[in-house]
Amino acid sequence: MSTLKNSVRPDLQTICEWIKPRSRILDLGCGDGTLLAMLKKERDVNGYGLEIEISNIVKCVNANVNVIQADLNAGLSGFDDNAFDYVVMTQALQAVERPDRLLNDMLRVGREGIVTFPNFGHFRSRLQLFFGGHMPVTPSLPSKWFNTQNIHLCTLQDFEQLCIESKIQILQRTVVDRDHRTGLGMKLFPNLLGEVAIYRIKNH
Amino acid sequence: MPDTLPEDSIGIVTSQTMHFDTSLALTCGRRLDSYDIIYETYGTLNADHSNAILICHALSSDHHAAGYNSMDDRKPGWWETCIGPGKVIDTNHFFVVCINNLGGCKGSTGPASINHDTNKPYGPDFPIVTVKDWVESQARFADKLNIKTWLAVIGGSLGGMQVLQWNIDFPERVKHAAVIAAAPKLTAQNIGFNEVARQAIMHDVDFHEGRYYEHNTAPRRGLMLARMLGHITYLSDDAMREKFGRELRQGKISYGFDVDFQVESYLRYQGESFVDRFDANTYLLMTKALDYFDPAADYDDDLSKALSHARANFLVISFSSDWRFAPERSREIVKALQDNDRDICYAEIEVPHGHDAFLIPIKDYLDVFGAWMKHLVSEVSA
Repeated sequence: MSTLKNSVRPDLQTICEWIKPRSRILDLGCGDGTLLAMLKKERDVNGYGLEIEISNIVKCVNANVNVIQADLNAGLSGFDDNAFDYVVMTQALQAVERPDRLLNDMLRVGREGIVTFPNFGHFRSRLQLFFGGHMPVTPSLPSKWFNTQNIHLCTLQDFEQLCIESKIQILQRTVVDRDHRTGLGMKLFPNLLGEVAIYRIKNH
Repeated sequence: MPDTLPEDSIGIVTSQTMHFDTSLALTCGRRLDSYDIIYETYGTLNADHSNAILICHALSSDHHAAGYNSMDDRKPGWWETCIGPGKVIDTNHFFVVCINNLGGCKGSTGPASINHDTNKPYGPDFPIVTVKDWVESQARFADKLNIKTWLAVIGGSLGGMQVLQWNIDFPERVKHAAVIAAAPKLTAQNIGFNEVARQAIMHDVDFHEGRYYEHNTAPRRGLMLARMLGHITYLSDDAMREKFGRELRQGKISYGFDVDFQVESYLRYQGESFVDRFDANTYLLMTKALDYFDPAADYDDDLSKALSHARANFLVISFSSDWRFAPERSREIVKALQDNDRDICYAEIEVPHGHDAFLIPIKDYLDVFGAWMKHLVSEVSA
């Protein structure tokens, strides 16, 4: 479900810093297993990834990462409540059928959730829509409107509104650009200048 | 008959037989005082015996998993797709062992063997054997070969059930485990199919209460029906439609009860050829072993508890169109393993072939299986 196939993943390093050592992790849409391999090495976690693409399953096996083939749109009914310390979902929220339901399921299965998504409120998207009059195509969102997997794009504001409605508590938030930088501008105007949003959340 | 054998085949292989004199206590309460196990091996056992892989066979297969027994063989062993030099289970690196389970009809002691108490074939007097009994006999077999720990235990279908049982009964003896197209227990529907198959055999007039050997006959029609039924369930609706559709054998309908459709001809052929190579009493026994398999039953019906001592790294594979051992059943296994923090790779291969897919060279399947086996190669050479 990764949408940033050919670009760097600025969100992964931040997640790695947020996760406590030796935690139990579930990574939704784990792709080729990069994050789990990184967490295993740097944080000594015990992790499982869920992934739908068979080619990625093979890559996970090559990377020695635990992987379970599954469709996130089918939900997490096979997992017990609080089975994990963290349920992580990087760059997949915007590509699932019902992000709201999956978020609730994440926080049922995990004590905390970590979610990252491309911020549709970034100024580049706003400019393209406002002045260009067309759906934005940016380095973070490289697909066209007709072939994108991103069917539920949102802005920071949208996401935070959903958290309020779903009684989800935001524990930590960071925004970064593609080069993994964060700056004063992004801190002041995250919804305008942040390209990738990273949230740590839990149920109220 | 091949003039030359394919280069990626292990080539000509010879079966061996091992005799056991120590009595084996069976789950059913009876004992086998002495018995033979027929087996084949491929590849070379290394000095510290760390490269041995056990292949567990399914309902109607046997110890001949790969290669050819002679240049006259029309077909290679049943898992030639996966076992051989350079293949997924690479005989250049591993010492691969496959044994014919007790109760079988290919050389291991079974219903057609002579019961030394009566000097007649066992027939229906052969004790009911379970998956647990097979695993016990396989462990004894490993002892004789001086194999303390299997690098891997691998099996599909009923073979996958044996892999699970190994991890419950001898967890310290399995380093890696591959459970393919299997289930933690059969569903009522599955038991139902097995019962129809058994009834077909037992109602054949040539069955003679299972003592047909003494009458120089065999319940051929019953066994054929059992196999035809089984075959339908091993394929998917789509696979059968794809393979046969409603194609007619003679180009027109006969308005009679002879073969009209290609699918009828195919099933009859499958049934008839099976009868020539398989024993009806063994079929009865093997289906019962399937029905009885339920390792969680001894652990408060909790599969996670049953597997709580497992130490192996697991590969679990299912096939989307397999309705006899459906992906949902494999997911139950995955859930139990994950509850126990086992290392797992679980793949659900998207294919139309049904249950038989585990025997077929399907790219996605072999890619995942191969990637997983590569780690084992590095363990051996390390």
